[in-house]
Amino acid sequence: MRKVYLDYAATTPTDQRVIRTMFPFFNQKFGNASSLHSFGQEAKRAVDDSRNKIAQTLKCKEEEIIFTSGATESNNLAIKGVFKALSDKFKKDVKGKFHFITTQIEHPCILESFDALKQIFPRKISVTYLPVNKYGLIDLKQLEKSIQNNTVLVSIMFVNNEIGTVQPIKEIGSMLKKIARRRSHGDLPLYFHSDATQALSYFDCNLQKLSLDLLTFSGHKIYGPKGVGALVAREGIFLQAILQGGEHEWGKRSGTLNVPGIVGLGEAVKIAHQERSSIIKSVQNLRDYFIKKVTQEIKGIKLNGSLEQRAPNNANFNFKGIKGESLLTLLDQKGIAVSTGSACSSGKIQSSYVQLAIGNTTAEAHSSVRFTMGKYLTKEDINYTVKELKKAVDKLRGISGEL
Amino acid sequence: MYSKKVLNHFAKPRNLGEIKNPDGVGEAINPVCGDSTKISIKVKKIDGKAVVDDIKFRTLGCVAAVATSSLTTELAKGKSLAEIKKFTRDQVVWKLHGLPIKKVHCSNLALDALKKAIQDYQSKQRSKQKPKSIKKIRNKSK
Repeated sequence: MRKVYLDYAATTPTDQRVIRTMFPFFNQKFGNASSLHSFGQEAKRAVDDSRNKIAQTLKCKEEEIIFTSGATESNNLAIKGVFKALSDKFKKDVKGKFHFITTQIEHPCILESFDALKQIFPRKISVTYLPVNKYGLIDLKQLEKSIQNNTVLVSIMFVNNEIGTVQPIKEIGSMLKKIARRRSHGDLPLYFHSDATQALSYFDCNLQKLSLDLLTFSGHKIYGPKGVGALVAREGIFLQAILQGGEHEWGKRSGTLNVPGIVGLGEAVKIAHQERSSIIKSVQNLRDYFIKKVTQEIKGIKLNGSLEQRAPNNANFNFKGIKGESLLTLLDQKGIAVSTGSACSSGKIQSSYVQLAIGNTTAEAHSSVRFTMGKYLTKEDINYTVKELKKAVDKLRGISGEL
Repeated sequence: MYSKKVLNHFAKPRNLGEIKNPDGVGEAINPVCGDSTKISIKVKKIDGKAVVDDIKFRTLGCVAAVATSSLTTELAKGKSLAEIKKFTRDQVVWKLHGLPIKKVHCSNLALDALKKAIQDYQSKQRSKQKPKSIKKIRNKSK
């Protein structure tokens, strides 16, 4: 049976070239990068090399890169770390709350980090959750209006994982920069953080161009290894560790460095940057072809998200009269891997909050299926998928009838 | 995640469709996940007992909802209404060789729809007998 992987937004296969760079660091150059002997220094050099590759790509300083276990940890560190440092620094000066701004469609690791802080420090933190329009885009004017004197961090994801909507990060960045400049010395800072986990393969994440203070990314979404990622935090930013221990990463993140992972992450970032334009072209061609075929051949569907402000690898449809999970199961039986945001299967018996935020009904939310493409996909894969998708949709509509 | 039996019922649903001129129809909706099931039944009297002679279903739902609907209709066919009223969700789940814990709520749906179909049948039966019973009540009140 043919196997077609259409869930690249969940994770990607690790690039062979990345695996090759990682290999020696498991049992040949296995030292602890904190050790002073030659084994340790050999590992440290590899970590430094990786840091250098990433710094060159993202146009940041090497010491601004904090290696973590992945995007979830990076996002937790960005939010909790800034809050912790600021409440320490401005202990006496700030009587009210620290104000944070984010969107309603962030990844759960952002939303739940805020929830956790609000629960522990209800008197010290308030959060504004910006709504999005039917395409999943925030309103810049609304963002501007939401900013108060005590706003310290704006966290807005680059690309939405479910519907692929791309936020205007550059515009937001320059707007926030202007506002931050108006604040006088000794005032609270205003930081801009973006979760670029789904973005790094397809967008230039140059911190300077985007006026970002903090940036999150992860290895396994960009053909790198799982279990490794980074938070880039501009020099001088108030950020305290949330993991205590051996003071690794300039005291910002303790824990023995995952040397093979970090080596792989650096290589994955480098490859993503070098091959970006060709990969965008091939992936977007396949995605557009897929959307065109599905729209032509299957009735009762709706494309979620925006057509223009969309990551090149994402397609997300609602299928009338169908439950996403049922479609996923039928396609899986044909070797095709897709995903659904609204499912009992995803651990919570809830509709996807992203689907609801863009104005879909509960029923529509449960009928949504996400197809995310990647660099190893072929046109034959897409043709096979469209054929099987049509069959599966017909079968499920036969079961649901007019319901 | 799902047992072979669940996937089998999902791939080949039994008693799918709708009965023309049914004796009873029941519909159930799960407000949490939006799943819905419609069950129609044909009832026959055998030795004075009302028995489900034919049963069909339609389900818009996840794998578990479709599979439990299919299995519930299979269990109900040929059984008396009194027997069916005693059916429990656990029985359905057990017959399907288990469901993931998060999916157990789905198994209520078909059972609810089936019990509503029986209620529908019984209330139709009562209304057929209505003229008589009204007379009786009137007589009594005099």
